Amino acid sequence: MGFPPDIILEAVLNGLLTGAVYGLVALGLTLVYGVLHIINFAHGALLTAAMYAAYVARTALGIDPYIAALPLAALFFLLGYAIQRLVIGPASRGRDENILLVTLGLSIIIENLMLAVFRSDTRSIDVPYAMEVVEFGPALLSYPRLVGFGATFLVGIALFVLMRFTATGKAIRAVAKERTGAALVGIDVAHIYAVTFGIGTACLAISAALLLPSFYVSPRVGNAFVLVAFTIVVLGGMGSVVGALLGGLVIGVVESLSGLYLGESLGQIGIFLIFILVLLVRPTGLFGARA
Amino acid sequence: MTARDLLPIAAFALLAACVPLFVTSNVVLNFLVFTLIIALAAQGWNLLGGYGGQYSFGHAAFFGTGAYLTAILQVRYGMNAYPAFAAGIALAALVGLAIGFMAFRSGLRGSYFALVTLAFAEVFRVLANASEVTGGAAGILIRLQANPANFQFAERGTFLWVAAALVTLALVATLALERSRLGAQLVAVRENEAAAQALGVDVLAVKLRAIALSAGMTGAAGGLYAQYFLYLDSTIAYGTWISVEALLAPIVGGAGTVFGPLLGAVILHGLAEATKSIAGRIPGIDLVVFGIVLILVVRFPPRDIPGLLKRWRR
Amino acid sequence: MTGTGPDPAILAVRGVTKRFGGLVAVNDATFDVAQGSITGLIGPNGAGKTTLFALVAGFETPSSGLVLLEGEDITGRKPHHLARMGLARTFQIVQPFAGLSVRENIAVGAFLRETRRSAALAVAEEIAARVGLADQLDKPAAALTVAGRKRLEVARALATRPKLLLLDEVLAGLNPSEVRDIVPVVRAIRESGVTVLMIEHVMQAVMNLCERVHVLAQGRIICSGTPADVVAAPQVVEAYLGHGAAARLQGGAHA
Repeated sequence: MGFPPDIILEAVLNGLLTGAVYGLVALGLTLVYGVLHIINFAHGALLTAAMYAAYVARTALGIDPYIAALPLAALFFLLGYAIQRLVIGPASRGRDENILLVTLGLSIIIENLMLAVFRSDTRSIDVPYAMEVVEFGPALLSYPRLVGFGATFLVGIALFVLMRFTATGKAIRAVAKERTGAALVGIDVAHIYAVTFGIGTACLAISAALLLPSFYVSPRVGNAFVLVAFTIVVLGGMGSVVGALLGGLVIGVVESLSGLYLGESLGQIGIFLIFILVLLVRPTGLFGARA
Repeated sequence: MTARDLLPIAAFALLAACVPLFVTSNVVLNFLVFTLIIALAAQGWNLLGGYGGQYSFGHAAFFGTGAYLTAILQVRYGMNAYPAFAAGIALAALVGLAIGFMAFRSGLRGSYFALVTLAFAEVFRVLANASEVTGGAAGILIRLQANPANFQFAERGTFLWVAAALVTLALVATLALERSRLGAQLVAVRENEAAAQALGVDVLAVKLRAIALSAGMTGAAGGLYAQYFLYLDSTIAYGTWISVEALLAPIVGGAGTVFGPLLGAVILHGLAEATKSIAGRIPGIDLVVFGIVLILVVRFPPRDIPGLLKRWRR
Repeated sequence: MTGTGPDPAILAVRGVTKRFGGLVAVNDATFDVAQGSITGLIGPNGAGKTTLFALVAGFETPSSGLVLLEGEDITGRKPHHLARMGLARTFQIVQPFAGLSVRENIAVGAFLRETRRSAALAVAEEIAARVGLADQLDKPAAALTVAGRKRLEVARALATRPKLLLLDEVLAGLNPSEVRDIVPVVRAIRESGVTVLMIEHVMQAVMNLCERVHVLAQGRIICSGTPADVVAAPQVVEAYLGHGAAARLQGGAHA
């Protein structure tokens, strides 16, 4: 209302850029939901852990986060695989409320381990391109966010190829559709679950590497992202990969605009209200038949 | 409810009443009061989560409402602490009713109910952090006037009595619920909603009554917290820490039982103190222990332990 | 339909249809259940019997048509409201409160009319005796046998003190001796003044218990009458055995 159009345009564009990375965070969550039908409350804490990993890679080993992204993804794939195979799977014994509690327990453990190791200080890394901007018409776009935007879509395409054309991808889709049937034709469901959880966690590692140049990291930073990610997943439809990416863009713009109009601290409210509203109004429709 | 049912509760009350006569260490008393405040919040969670099977991840919404209203009415409107405390409980119950009405009418259950309660608590936290009446980010301070007329006590031991009395009341209320028609219907809803409906249980009405009671009790814990610490900010009152504490204690001590939340709170905070004394003051280490205990309790439910031991011995 | 005739209907279903998307599960069903009777509802698998029960008991709302209980329109009312009006149902797939004892399970039903726990528990004991669960009162419901769980379903529904009891395949999955044990229980329920409408596949029990039977096939009521009339009707034979079966059977008899 009170803002000139190019400020609004810039807010929208920056919202889109940030939203793409939100979408990537949500991608892992929605993938795990789509296949395992669980809501992973440890998602935010795992993102925090990944951001610290990228932080350590930069500060201790001097590796640029964009270069660290792929090795970190591999590392976090293994971590995610192990967590599902060794902790969530056995402890939940297939019951919804147990999964809820186990992933909550995991998030408490991870978050506070980070607190114990790194203390509560907020940290950021120093890369030469952190403050660089790219001119786009009248708007100035942050370079790290532009990279994040591009990388998100590369990951999206890679996931699409993986799911569509590889044997593992086919097995994952089979398990998502019909677990018992998949088991009957000889697919190792526990293994596929863990692979899916691993892929979801690997997405987080890439998100972390993309976020770190322009965001700070603290033991609770994941919480800020996780509700955003839940909102995206709910908005885009639980289990929908395309929905997660599009939902991410929408939420990025909503956050950016409500930050512009309501100020930083109240800006988050817009997201929570969308979240609550969608949950209340169309939970089954957006969650699919399982809800 | 018979006299024999009340015996364990009376024993707890007696034990708690004796503590200040023997314990003078402020550190120990402080620990006990804090544990009892957590236990009270957890007793509240247990009514809805333990008996009703509706797992809230956002009981901070009720704790914080009880705490803030107790403080705000005194600080901004000069009200006496006791009616302020009562108003805090009432408002927390109303907030519970409102959130419950929206969530349960939409048919939210399981993870979705957990998510929506979590989101409501976060909305409250952001609002409290930005609003003027709550003191915003700076928080709100209740003036120290140690006088029983102000619901403030010079001795920590006296406050322990008050906290123990409130927990005792909560235990009696829980027992009464367990033995009532509402309690039976609530448990029926937890076990099987469709069957409960078929037997004439108005599922929505039962859940709403449960969340109002639950929120009121957790709101009382918030008000008590405000009177004890005399300071609140948005991350204390509406922070996820209290949502987690309120849920963890009943899960560990036995959800859907009268003594579960109290037992769980004592076990968890006992463990936390023990960990701190072994590991030193590493921040967060007590919560790491909480998380591990939570996963272990879910993996090996205590009620299964006798069976597991038997199988292991064989 | 107002309950003044010699054989008044406690339940009247009038032109009830239920569509799920393109699927018509129940199609223009009309039938009565006479006060004080044991009435059967039979039909091949997938005929829509359980959906029809859900429509009567308020678990689903009809797309069109009316359901009348003692002449009062109850279409679309909520299940708990109907239970209060005296309509109780059991579930085909038993739905025990698994974590509770048999006594507590039945007491949940009894609490519909009782406010005090002691009274509800007393009712539970009395009902348990009527359905043959008296010696299992303190067992966890999860520990009951299939037959025990079926009895528990009936007991809980009875504890709500219904006027009309809908039994959804309480005999399915039982062995012949267990069936023989439950038949007198159902008969005793009717003797106590409760009207019974039962979905059943065990034809021997239907022949034995029911005064009147309605046959549902592909969502339609295709035949109503005494059990003997109904099993002889050609359209019923065809519904069960396929098109032309009645003629083939007759042809076989002639040959």
